[in-house]
Amino acid sequence: MRILLAALAASTVLTGAAHADTTIYPLDRATILVNSKFDFKVELDKVHAENTVDVTVNGKPYAEVFGKPAEFVAEEKGKDDKVLGSALILRDLAIAAPGTYTVAVKAGDEAKSVTWDVYGTPATPRAKNIIFFLGDGMSVAHRTAARIMSKGMTEGKADGRLAMDDLDHMAFIGTSSTHSIATDSANTMSAYMTGHKSRVNALGVYADRTPASQDDPKVETIGEALRRTTTKSLGIVSTAELEDATPAALVAHTRKRADKADIVGMFYDVKPDVLLGGGSAYFLKSDIPGSKRKDDKDYIQLFRDAGYTLATDAAELTTAAGTNSGKILGLFHTGNMDTWLDRNQLHKGTVGKFPNQPGLVDMTKSALEQLSKNQDGFFLMVEGASVDKMSHPMDWDRAVEETIEFDQAVAAGLEFAKSNPDTLIVVTGDHTHGVSVIGTIDDEKPGDDMRAKVGVYDEAGFPNYVDANKDGFPDKIDVTRRLAIFSSNYPDYYETWRPKMDGPFEPAVKNENGEYVANEAYKDVPGAVLRIGNLPKDNDTAVHAVDDVVLQATGPGAEEFKGYMEQSDVYKVLADTFALGADKK
Amino acid sequence: MHRTRLNRRDCLTGLTALTALLPAHPALASPPEISFDELYASFSALGLKFSDKILTLTDQTIRIQGFMAPPLKAESQFFVLTQIPMALCPFCSSDSDWPDNIMVVYLDKRQTFTQPNQRIAVTGRLERGSWIDPETGFVSQLRLRDARYGLA
Repeated sequence: MRILLAALAASTVLTGAAHADTTIYPLDRATILVNSKFDFKVELDKVHAENTVDVTVNGKPYAEVFGKPAEFVAEEKGKDDKVLGSALILRDLAIAAPGTYTVAVKAGDEAKSVTWDVYGTPATPRAKNIIFFLGDGMSVAHRTAARIMSKGMTEGKADGRLAMDDLDHMAFIGTSSTHSIATDSANTMSAYMTGHKSRVNALGVYADRTPASQDDPKVETIGEALRRTTTKSLGIVSTAELEDATPAALVAHTRKRADKADIVGMFYDVKPDVLLGGGSAYFLKSDIPGSKRKDDKDYIQLFRDAGYTLATDAAELTTAAGTNSGKILGLFHTGNMDTWLDRNQLHKGTVGKFPNQPGLVDMTKSALEQLSKNQDGFFLMVEGASVDKMSHPMDWDRAVEETIEFDQAVAAGLEFAKSNPDTLIVVTGDHTHGVSVIGTIDDEKPGDDMRAKVGVYDEAGFPNYVDANKDGFPDKIDVTRRLAIFSSNYPDYYETWRPKMDGPFEPAVKNENGEYVANEAYKDVPGAVLRIGNLPKDNDTAVHAVDDVVLQATGPGAEEFKGYMEQSDVYKVLADTFALGADKK
Repeated sequence: MHRTRLNRRDCLTGLTALTALLPAHPALASPPEISFDELYASFSALGLKFSDKILTLTDQTIRIQGFMAPPLKAESQFFVLTQIPMALCPFCSSDSDWPDNIMVVYLDKRQTFTQPNQRIAVTGRLERGSWIDPETGFVSQLRLRDARYGLA
């Protein structure tokens, strides 16, 4: 007994040293590009006198290693002015020498240490250009469904291949966030574009404990790194609002992805050379109908004054891409752009209001045409945003057609790389959805019970989509024997077993108690069945899955993608490929 | 300027006469109706243009049908009316945003909030132009003031 107690006491001493609520940012095991700017912050659990807080880096006083002292905050305040403890903040730190850095903090009975890996890169770039294709929420099922729907299948063999099927390097990517196994498009894309993991809803920052959304410890984004170390051009293309999490992750620093008006200002600070997408509402000053700003900042005019050619529809984009201004701001919608199916076949959604939106392929080609004029090369990010935006409401037909369109944008990138082989192409998702293709739904089967028309195993057979015009999309989506695609998770909703021909699916709506209930607009669709959800009732739509993402790549640098990688590790491959550790300006 | 002075009896007589001339139809009391498709004349990434109907009816009492988006808070006399039931609550999820064509409704007094699947008809005084709600920071272009609603 005495021995046991002694052992317990010893282990308590060991574990007690690491105080749970003392936090150092960047977090333990952070990987940091050499010379990249980041904010160093220590959050102490209690209030301490400044002279009692001891911080060392590899055993030396921190200010000696970091080159400057941090600001000491005696009492950090939380909600309702609650005292959270003391803190140290050192903004815009950069470490010039690669290596292992162990930061140790002691204050009273609090102690914490973290170790960072500061990495360098080769001195010379391996590629001139990088095109980073991001299918938001793109999971294995989206790709399988896109291949079958677009190319067809005979006797178990695909009748054709997607562009992304021929990329020769691949890795499994872990998408989890710093505070949860689950994740969102903000922290996931931020990990790709900064090399640091973060918390759900956060972009370009570690999520600290204070309520303010823009005081959190920042990390450098790839947009900023390119501006700091290279003369390359930067392009961002998305079918979402440009302020949405994925495109924003190239430039933004905020704990709250919903800070969309401020994110426009962050784009303006970095000034990507080509910026194409939706979301003009946050560029318009507040007195213009359609604006979602609360101030009179006119970012349309500010970008124009900064030398940008403005395009607001497909025709203007073609004209702008042909100019030599070097800078294009393409804003094609006040909100998110419409899906391929709505733009090209059904004319639903908001297509009636914005009839001349360019597609993702046109935007990608225009961006490549403009960016490739820079002899020093470029970084282009292309997002197929509505793969995710249509997967949340379980509108699988739209989500799969978005995947086909995304794949056609990848094909345009591969075509560019054919004549520009010094181009690295990366194709990946940011997170997955709990979606699977399980067979077919055949209207020709007898009876009215739609459930009986679901074909599984040998009964599934093959769907009967037809692509007579060879555009890679089925000529009509509501064929009689179509793919059966289901989500592993859902709110209460009416399963209609059919494509949503009247506009994107809205499965659930909120009631006065804050709970999501099935949207009765679908109740009377022939064969509709109420499915009781398996998610908590405050979830409006299907959620992201924790499953790994499959990343594929080709071109110089692609061989670094292999096995299992954390999302933050992908940034190191991009940094290596462009030699961002070596200043080439 | 010649001024006609009406005494009370003249006035009442006149009113009676007027009433007699008009058809006895309750629709007379109904304010002009506007639909969500009639709010804006044109849409562009550079901004929306109000329709002539909106320009004409501004500051008048109008009626519009739609769906009540989830109230911002239980005690609120303020809610957003949308053309179709909203799947997403932009105040709850940072992932979503309101559509362009919404009508913000300020009730003249508290009313019980309805189920989201119910179509309602709202009557109120139409107000136009950018305005930020002081309590929520919500930006709107079109509002109904002193409004009331019932099932459509």
